[in-house]
Amino acid sequence: MFKIVKREEMAGGTVILNEIEAPLIAQKAKPGQFVILKANETGERIPLTMADTDPQKGTITVIYMIVGKSTALFKTLKVGEGYKDVIGPLGKPTHVEKVGTVVCVGGGTGVAVLHPIARALKEAGNHVIAVIGARNKGLLILEEQMKAASNELHVCTDDGSYGHHGFVTEVLKKMLETKDVKLVVGIGPVPMMKFVSKMTKEFNVKTLVSLNPIMIDGTGMCGGCRVSIGGETKFACVDGPEFDGHLVDYDGLMQRLQAYCDEEKECYGTFCKLNP
Amino acid sequence: MAEEEVKKAKKEAIPRQKMPEQAPEVRRRNFKEVPTGYTPETAMLEAQRCLQCKKPGCVDGCPVQVDIPGFINHIKEGNFTEAARLLWQKNSLPAVCGRVCPQEVQCEGVCIVGKKGQPVAIGNLERFAADYERINGKGELPPKAPPTGKKIAVVGSGPSGLTVAGDLIAKGHEVTVLEAFHKPGGVLVYGIPEFRLPKEIVFSEVAFMERQGVKLECNSVVGRTVTLDELFAQGYDAVYVGVGAGLPTFMNIPGENLIGVLSANEYLTRANLMKAYLFPEYDTPIVKGKNVVVLGAGNVAMDSARTAMRLGADNVKIVYRRSRQEMPARAAEIHHAEEEGIEFFLLTAPTRFLGNEKGRITGMECLKMELGEPDQSGRRRPIPVKGSEFKMDCDLVIVAVGAGANPLLTQSTPELSLNKRGYIIADPETGKTTKKGVWAGGDIVTGSATVILAMGAGRKAADSIHNYLKWGW
Repeated sequence: MFKIVKREEMAGGTVILNEIEAPLIAQKAKPGQFVILKANETGERIPLTMADTDPQKGTITVIYMIVGKSTALFKTLKVGEGYKDVIGPLGKPTHVEKVGTVVCVGGGTGVAVLHPIARALKEAGNHVIAVIGARNKGLLILEEQMKAASNELHVCTDDGSYGHHGFVTEVLKKMLETKDVKLVVGIGPVPMMKFVSKMTKEFNVKTLVSLNPIMIDGTGMCGGCRVSIGGETKFACVDGPEFDGHLVDYDGLMQRLQAYCDEEKECYGTFCKLNP
Repeated sequence: MAEEEVKKAKKEAIPRQKMPEQAPEVRRRNFKEVPTGYTPETAMLEAQRCLQCKKPGCVDGCPVQVDIPGFINHIKEGNFTEAARLLWQKNSLPAVCGRVCPQEVQCEGVCIVGKKGQPVAIGNLERFAADYERINGKGELPPKAPPTGKKIAVVGSGPSGLTVAGDLIAKGHEVTVLEAFHKPGGVLVYGIPEFRLPKEIVFSEVAFMERQGVKLECNSVVGRTVTLDELFAQGYDAVYVGVGAGLPTFMNIPGENLIGVLSANEYLTRANLMKAYLFPEYDTPIVKGKNVVVLGAGNVAMDSARTAMRLGADNVKIVYRRSRQEMPARAAEIHHAEEEGIEFFLLTAPTRFLGNEKGRITGMECLKMELGEPDQSGRRRPIPVKGSEFKMDCDLVIVAVGAGANPLLTQSTPELSLNKRGYIIADPETGKTTKKGVWAGGDIVTGSATVILAMGAGRKAADSIHNYLKWGW
């Protein structure tokens, strides 16, 4: 068992943080890599990009939103309990180098994935501008941590309850217009990454996005996570999870994410009835 | 008539004992094992058919040289435990091999009794002895050599890795098996369906090895969680790489990323390892097609087709670009599939997948083929027939046209030389790779082959590793 040593509820209980004992993974993991978690014997294998690691303590941190049965099941795990299986680190790490000014754009729980990447980019000597957003103030996560991981932080909410009233892309646009941005990292819901990439394309600024398609083994064996990158099929688990944002077929990705939506509804519905 | 000949004539009078199995119309909708196994009486009767040849061809026909007349003789005498123990001397996974080995081209293919009639049912008898011992035996452990103090890491817990582990633990070494998945067994668990090989049997064979002292570490992705060099730094004296092929092949035709086009690896892993056939009791879902197409005609294609039928398909079609003669699957598997109502569309190849506005597969465009001259594989090359385009409706396509070499481990180990297709180059006699202290075998060396060939490679490598630990590289 992989024990949970710390558990936090965020965004009004819709988002959960788990710090998990996984010393081998903690020593190896680099920003941008993911793990696969399986709660129990009958559970699914769920890929989550790590939000943090502590090699000394031997722990990794994941942050996830409750979207279906499996994440709802994860939510029931208490400190001292744990995951039956944690596998990783998987995927290619983020390529971190000093390029100058970097804008890190995060939406929803994508901010959790963005956090270690922003920190690494800042440590590498870049000027990191973080732009993070959520639907409203209550759903915003990791504001303090992102402040520490960046040189300047901009916050957006869709309803204007906090920070800039509007989408992250609006703030991003201002940055692209006024600063010499060399790299944009955009991580969040697929539509957000799509529009971030569309905008940076206009400014011709290199953009990285982190994709989270449906996956089973995470080692390149099943091909379930295939995404079309510049017309070429790639496996997010081994070729990614980060890709050139300008080449991703976001519409195809969004469709493939719906592959099991009926089954997920059925499964989640039953779970919610049994665990009100 | 000489006494010997009388004996022979008598034995030949006993017909090959049929393996009882579930009726096709019943089994096509359940996941229970198809053959139900010999009773002790049938096994003893079948065992009488063996001529106990002085120079048995069957033993040479077996990639791991099981003493076939020996174990059959024990069955004939009713000493089933002895039969199982004799099997274990050469084969760590007899219950598995009795079920999935292609006996018709190995031991049974060269059986003298088969020259005039039906060969002795060696596979069925092997299965019987192993099952009998598993269910009724005392679980006594085989003898083990005194500890050598040497440590071996086995990467991958499929058939070749388990063979290496079983052989080396018996020789007194410390063995740790590293498995990337959360459960051991490799292809035996993620690939071969429950109705052909109940998973309980695999886990029981693995548990038996653990009782002998083999350590098992699941969730360990070598190449990511740990590298080969780190294993040596941790104090391992030798490493065996048996990670399997593990890279799906797709058709590279338009529409392949539509929802409902799955690699056989994905489809079978969902069904077998993740037990999606028990959804929603198990959380992993699977596409339940009504009109299912399986591309390819090997054993994996048959497994996929039969799984789809059991998941409630109205019809399942095997679509293959060559003819029946070239189908790579075992005759028994093809026969079982046909009995269960799987249809065969031969000399047919898809050219494009068609989908709806939600990105789900609705059909495919196909071409009829005819056979030309033999190609490099020795099989006649399929050639498209002009103007033969037609459409086939389907809501699930399973691509089972073979596998490639997964690069995860090899990319992280530059000293391992690979062939141009990405498979590890290893000495066919010893399994030695180009990196000192590292052996490899099974599908990551040969490309997709059979369980028993992987075990044969494991056996040779285990002998070579043992010699290395005694005498050096």
